[in-house]
Amino acid sequence: MSENTNSVSARNAEYNEYVNTVTPRTSIPKALFHSFTIGGLTCVIGQAIGDIVKIISPTMSKDMIGNITSMILVTVAILFTGLGFFDVIARQGGAGSFLPITGFANAMASASMEFKTEGLIFGTSVKLFSVVGPVVVNGIVWSTVAGLLNLWIMGL
Amino acid sequence: MEILRNIGTYAIVFAVGGGLCAIAELLIVRTKLTPARILVIFLIVGIALEGIGVYDYIFEVCKCGISVPIVGFGAALAKGSIEMAKSVGFIGAFAGGLVRTAYGVGVAIFMSYLVTLLFTAKAK
Repeated sequence: MSENTNSVSARNAEYNEYVNTVTPRTSIPKALFHSFTIGGLTCVIGQAIGDIVKIISPTMSKDMIGNITSMILVTVAILFTGLGFFDVIARQGGAGSFLPITGFANAMASASMEFKTEGLIFGTSVKLFSVVGPVVVNGIVWSTVAGLLNLWIMGL
Repeated sequence: MEILRNIGTYAIVFAVGGGLCAIAELLIVRTKLTPARILVIFLIVGIALEGIGVYDYIFEVCKCGISVPIVGFGAALAKGSIEMAKSVGFIGAFAGGLVRTAYGVGVAIFMSYLVTLLFTAKAK
């Protein structure tokens, strides 16, 4: 029995070694550089959109400018997803493409498109949040906690 | 002078936004965290920063460098919840986050549905 488990663990170790040699090594500095560039550029584009909106409508409140900026970023990202451009960016960008709000939009749109074949109700509508669900759920739960804590701590 | 200050702002936006993404990339490469977990971690960092009241100061300096990454989404949720809790009472804490982020989330759901109707995913 013990001999049997020994041979199994030895085989597993061997197999893991084999997997390690076969797994493509991603060069870490290169991946970091790509994420940095793509993520940084996305934020710069967001800043530019905000500045342009401010020039067009100087009286607009800061909050509204922020809202419009994210609405434009989200719309463009989803259109890119639909047209298939976003995959090209995502392949290079790694975290640089999923951490900004554009990645959130892309995750939503690609899940929704992927399950179109299962119908608009049970495919698209059900799976729309399959990737971004954790973000929305945790966001609402923990922001509510933050709101309640802030109210009660300040209230005391 | 105005232009110089703008260039400075854009440089900070690029550096901070890129830096956050590089940290996320490092977490993917170095740990076994999945992208979904990393998104949730950054989101909760945003909520915590807003919760303790330092996000606004960071935003004044970093602008879109901090608000475009998911950290900004978390901060907006928390800001909405905190403000509404103060103005409406504790029930406001449950609605405020959604109210404040409704523009972005609403357009994301609407556009995703529209794009799904218009395009079909390419076979990978």
